[in-house]
Amino acid sequence: MTKFSYVVTDEVGIHGRPAGVLVKKCSEYKSAITIGCKGKTADAKRIMGVMSLGAKKGDTVEVSIDGEDEAAVKADLEQFFKENF
Amino acid sequence: MKNFQGKSVLSGVAIGKLFIFKKQEYTLVKKTISDIEGEKERFREACEKAKDQLSRLYDKALADVGEEQAMIFDVHKMMLEDMDYLEAVEGMITEQKVNAEYATNATGESFAEVFANMDDDYFKARSADVMDISKRVIRVLAGVKEGGIDSEEPVIVVADDLTPSETVQMDKSKILAFVTRFGSQNSHTAILARSMNLPSLINTDIELLDEYDGKLAVVDSFNHTLIVEPDEETLAEKQKALDKWRAELAQLDELKGKENETTDGRKINIYANIGNAEDLPKVLASDAGGIGLFRSEFVYLGSQDYPTEEEQYEAYKTVVEGMGGKKVIIRTLDIGADKQTYYFHLDHEENPAMGLRAIRICLERIDVFKTQLRAIYRASAYGTCSIMFPMIISVWEIQRIKEIVEEVKAELKAEGIPFGEVELGIMIETPAAVMMSDELAKEVDFFSIGTNDLTQYTLAIDRQNECLETFYDSHHPAVLKMIKMTIDNGHKNGIWVGICGELASDLTLTERFIDMGIDELSVSPTYVLPLRKRVREI
Repeated sequence: MTKFSYVVTDEVGIHGRPAGVLVKKCSEYKSAITIGCKGKTADAKRIMGVMSLGAKKGDTVEVSIDGEDEAAVKADLEQFFKENF
Repeated sequence: MKNFQGKSVLSGVAIGKLFIFKKQEYTLVKKTISDIEGEKERFREACEKAKDQLSRLYDKALADVGEEQAMIFDVHKMMLEDMDYLEAVEGMITEQKVNAEYATNATGESFAEVFANMDDDYFKARSADVMDISKRVIRVLAGVKEGGIDSEEPVIVVADDLTPSETVQMDKSKILAFVTRFGSQNSHTAILARSMNLPSLINTDIELLDEYDGKLAVVDSFNHTLIVEPDEETLAEKQKALDKWRAELAQLDELKGKENETTDGRKINIYANIGNAEDLPKVLASDAGGIGLFRSEFVYLGSQDYPTEEEQYEAYKTVVEGMGGKKVIIRTLDIGADKQTYYFHLDHEENPAMGLRAIRICLERIDVFKTQLRAIYRASAYGTCSIMFPMIISVWEIQRIKEIVEEVKAELKAEGIPFGEVELGIMIETPAAVMMSDELAKEVDFFSIGTNDLTQYTLAIDRQNECLETFYDSHHPAVLKMIKMTIDNGHKNGIWVGICGELASDLTLTERFIDMGIDELSVSPTYVLPLRKRVREI
């Protein structure tokens, strides 16, 4: 398993549309991906859970990736978070 | 005649018949079922149908209002594919042996509650989405038809609040305005109203009575009111306001994407002035060519202590990035004893307008200045960024500033932090700067004339002082001569010159400024298009 953390800089946070974009992206990978924020965790491939984290600007999210392709996924996702959130 | 008060989400006027929009009534009944597998199958089929509907709504919204608005239906579709949600509904059917309608509603409510309890408006608004998708599935299960506007002529739609799926099904050519009882500035109705330029009210104190349906009404969101059955006099007055508003809109809208060019081919830049990052959407909607004055005071005034580099960087970056490569001119700290926050611990001054203010504070407190410069340079990596310094009177000031800037750049380089090419300019707002403009122009990339302070210092008149009205003249020849001199000296040295003070939006002076050779005018976002209109008439 590999992990990274990221501080959300997007003004409105990971709510409806951004959560949808994230879930779509994560669903492309084989690895299991979970996101933690403010003591809660959610399966990154499930939109309701991701939205209910309430990740806002300034919050730190912890992304854990577990699976064969985890190293590649981590690099991809880190970039993806920077570009989108 | 009846008056109702609301909150405007977009200013304008609409006159037409009311259309009272009521949700399709469906009475939810809890039933005990025996064929659990059959009920789950019924739920799955309903989800598939609901997703088909959403795909169609997505396509329709894409064509009608664009991808930004359409995305919500894609998100709704994903929510209907969410395993947490699906498992919760199916689990309830299995365990409690209840009908699919009931299980869907109960699950929707419990998910919605999670969002409703969050402490952020954007996340709160998501609870409406969960209920929207749940209701959609229930309608499919119960065979309830979807409703649109059944009127022949365009109407004022009155509702509790409208979901995205409700609004998208409405024929947009039939909507004059939205009036809702609930909702917020971030609700879908409000966002849609703004994107469609429909004068609309939220939080309106009207009841959804059938008797209002079809009645003539006026939405005057300039005044936050809805008037039902206006008398003749009111109607005539509002009709005039409507004609005026429409004519202005039509004229201005046609100017979007057009050049700021006079009939004899002289072009200028029209930029926008902003006070904080939240003004960005207004700038983008105004079609401004850039931001000519980004007042950075808000990062200081809204803070309890000196804002950190990180806080400032985030604010500047949001704007620089949001402008997508268009120029953003950030003015460094411009506060003084009259406009200060306590953590600066500035002494009380007899004459703050001529006191320790703006660049003078920065040159006295280099650490504060450097923090801001570092934040701006870091943000410059994300677009096109310029810096301008206020209250300059002497050449040595700008030379000292440039030394500090070089130190900041060297530090960032050593730390491996990226930054872009940044133009450095100064505000011309003191008579001294005007007199020295030939020399100052050799040190900088541009001048921006701050006419408010320049007028005050030139005429020795405090504009807040009402006793001086007789003496005050905003078009005083001394000020106009100063502007001309600044432009001439700028051009002589090959740099561009703009105006970012109030005079820039004075349309009676536009022609004179262009004749003087002004390169840029920076005005508040709402003046961008009116100014473009004026330029194109010259």
